[in-house]
Amino acid sequence: MSNLSSTIQNVFNEPGCDKNQGKSEKERKKGCTKQLQPGAAAGGCAFDGAKIALQPITDVAHLVHGPIACEGNSWDNRGAKSSSSRLYRTGFTTDMNEHDIVFGGEKHLYKSIKEIIEKYNPPAVFVYQTCVPAMIGDDIEAVCKSASVKFGKPVIPINSPGFVGPKNLGNKLAGEAILEHVIGTEEPEYTTPYDINIIGEYNLSGELWQVKPLLDELGIRILACISGDARYHEVASSHRARAAMMVCSKAMINIARKMEERYEIPFFEGSFYGVSDMSESLREIARLLVGRGAPEELKVRTEAVIRREEARAWSRLASYRPRLEGKRVLLITGGVKSWSVVAALQEVGIDIVGTNTKKSTKEDKERIKELTGGDAHMFDDMTPREMYKMLKEARADIMLSGGRSQFIALKAKMPWLDINQERHHAYAGYEGMVDLVHEIDKALFNPIWEQVRRPAPWEIVVAEANRIAC
Amino acid sequence: MAKVLTSNKSCTVNPLKMSQPVGGALAFMGVKGCMPMLHGSQGCTSFGLVLFVRHFREAIPLQTTAMSEVATVLGGFENVQQAVLNIANRAKPEIIGICSTGVTETKGDDVDGFIKLIRAKHPELDHIALVYVSTPDFKGAFQDGWAAAVSQIVETLVERPCSGVRLSRKVNVLPGCHLTPGDIDELRDVIESFGLRAQFLPDLSGSLDGHIPEEFTPTTLGGISVAEIRAMGTALATITIGEQMRGAAITIEHKTGVPFKVFDRLTGLAPSDELMGYLSQIGGTPVPNKYRRQRSQLVDAMLDGHFHFGGKNVAIGAEPDLLWSIANFLTEMGCHVTAAVTSTASPMLEFVPADEVLIGDLEDLEQRASSADLLVTHSHGRQAAERLDIPFYRLGLPTFDRLGAGHLVSVGYRGTRNMIFEIGNLLMAAAHEPDPDTWPVVNESPQDELVQLSGGI
Repeated sequence: MSNLSSTIQNVFNEPGCDKNQGKSEKERKKGCTKQLQPGAAAGGCAFDGAKIALQPITDVAHLVHGPIACEGNSWDNRGAKSSSSRLYRTGFTTDMNEHDIVFGGEKHLYKSIKEIIEKYNPPAVFVYQTCVPAMIGDDIEAVCKSASVKFGKPVIPINSPGFVGPKNLGNKLAGEAILEHVIGTEEPEYTTPYDINIIGEYNLSGELWQVKPLLDELGIRILACISGDARYHEVASSHRARAAMMVCSKAMINIARKMEERYEIPFFEGSFYGVSDMSESLREIARLLVGRGAPEELKVRTEAVIRREEARAWSRLASYRPRLEGKRVLLITGGVKSWSVVAALQEVGIDIVGTNTKKSTKEDKERIKELTGGDAHMFDDMTPREMYKMLKEARADIMLSGGRSQFIALKAKMPWLDINQERHHAYAGYEGMVDLVHEIDKALFNPIWEQVRRPAPWEIVVAEANRIAC
Repeated sequence: MAKVLTSNKSCTVNPLKMSQPVGGALAFMGVKGCMPMLHGSQGCTSFGLVLFVRHFREAIPLQTTAMSEVATVLGGFENVQQAVLNIANRAKPEIIGICSTGVTETKGDDVDGFIKLIRAKHPELDHIALVYVSTPDFKGAFQDGWAAAVSQIVETLVERPCSGVRLSRKVNVLPGCHLTPGDIDELRDVIESFGLRAQFLPDLSGSLDGHIPEEFTPTTLGGISVAEIRAMGTALATITIGEQMRGAAITIEHKTGVPFKVFDRLTGLAPSDELMGYLSQIGGTPVPNKYRRQRSQLVDAMLDGHFHFGGKNVAIGAEPDLLWSIANFLTEMGCHVTAAVTSTASPMLEFVPADEVLIGDLEDLEQRASSADLLVTHSHGRQAAERLDIPFYRLGLPTFDRLGAGHLVSVGYRGTRNMIFEIGNLLMAAAHEPDPDTWPVVNESPQDELVQLSGGI
């Protein structure tokens, strides 16, 4: 456990994060998340975060060491897509029972690893620690180590039990685990001056594939995406990339920064959401690669692709502008998506009437402020009741949020669009931006809204009677 | 008689089972003005919440005591107290239902003791009912958590009627967790048409049936009220649906003397007949014409449908009472249950019409389903169904990749009839068209063929 707490202290000290560096040492030790309020908390745990971050690695067996709740209540529920192996969608768990609680679960874990290797023969097994075995002192690192030796295969401990903190911390602990045990352990078959890593992109609904064709066209190779549609070997040999892009705000900043430190891979923080952000990201990738020795002409070719794609995207978006201009959006999401989606929506003339910034960093907030021209639209902790009221009173035309808050909008008989990880549509790149706007258009102009808001016949009778009585 | 086995694998692959606390939490969701809460780390609640949102497509009230590592080691009194106060202030519930989890059970938190302390320190909370149920993640399954929560609600809230008077038209109904809000609506209609008034505990038809409330509520939108639960002792009788509810029914009888009747299932002709007969008897009224017609329609559906069910091999993965219900129904339609996998122990398992019942996972089910014509389990069976390339009937919780899971009706004459149509259509659609190579010449002696035939029956 002391090992885990030092890892946690380690991720709380993040030189790559300005906010973190602005703190005193004492403040830093407390970490970067607010204390959870019992009875008023929402959101996933550190284990959830670790699993979100790594499960997109498709050919690995992801084994959850814990009682049935941790895997049984949640498996196969994310939209990360794969171009090859489907093993990542198989749910593996030790399903700890009372016997394990009393006598310890280490043997049970070891035998489970053995069964998985015998039956499924994956290139690696990732073992996720959870609260109960952490409490009873199961040493998963020792078990993984001896299983690795015995079976001659990487067995990687992901030490991120739920009760150490929220999802975001789990993302980082997952990052630490692969930095420690995976990255740099294998070599790529060959390298090119055009090899990049994309860090913090999970290929939800296949979003990576909205971007990859453009990189392919430019001759840029994704050596490893961490972790969307990745194979174990790609992640293990990702240290040979020439440059990296960090997506999804700060969730995996530790990977990007430490790979820069250890392997001298320069990185930038970018986004695939929105036309301008997409172009900026392509530009940065080309710039970093050229800086590392790729021929200068890459920049020229990149600009040509950007020009072509932007023109195409703008002309497709232009047809939506007359329909969407002035529509008001309530944007409820965490972290990165706030500012990157804000930029995207403004491109077609949609107004952002509110966005919550609960999970956003100071930097994220600055960007939103810049984009919306003032911080009047930012709500730090908007309650569901307030969101409902805002929609019911028609101070917004549509809400964009994650799945769990959709009913706030729908019960107010207002359009809603899923923009979180369970969503079924891909919104990345030039294609994705057009798709997002298309989805918003479809939601706003669906003929049901007028019908569902119409009062029932008996309500009309009552309203009429009231009118006469007055 | 089925042989009941427990899987001897170390690693559970593709879980069928879900945990006790979420089963307990769902039971609390059938109580009006309730805020269910899991005493554990925030992830326990978050996973449960997402599970129910995806199944019911409804807002789900579910809170957490948000136990940190330090709080877990030191004990959770502070967190439980603060959570109760926060919920009381923010959500203004009539009742808070607290389920323990794996972490807090491993530590051994005495939540009953915590509640006594909170009561003593905070008399201002006297108007809010607090019900605690122990539901460790490392024991039992979803169905056990549901049953335990209902037993605990009854134990804590039901009052002995002071006058000893019973209302001759009121019946308590305790539905198992395998019944949908749609099933409850259907049963309410049935019972009411005998001139009786049904009080369901839990009543998901009031809270998770997908209605549009007038105002935003952070707690459950409907369900049975605390006052109605307290008064369950004045009922004429208690009807339980599913063996899992027997314990709660016994508690009511023990506390108040209300007699009970267990219906182990309500899908199929005979069980529906039994229900009608019972209601007619306690209600003292003849079976309404409506149900005489529905019975006749069901009989006709059985006649039309049996061609497609007869001889089909079925693989089922479901919690015990749901397995019991569907396995019997399909057997009565002429199917053979060739694989039966369940999540937890139950006295019904050995009577399931199959050679064996395995307490296991969906990997086990998939392995045993190689000769099956139909797979029946919850949505997590989708990968297996695809690999097996056989029709897949989604049944049970979670059903996250189809609409209307909350309104699937499988009880009574009408529910059974609908089910015959739905499953029959799946089987019809999967029928193989013959081609010139369908009937190749087989060079076997008639003797071999006879052996094969007898082996297949």
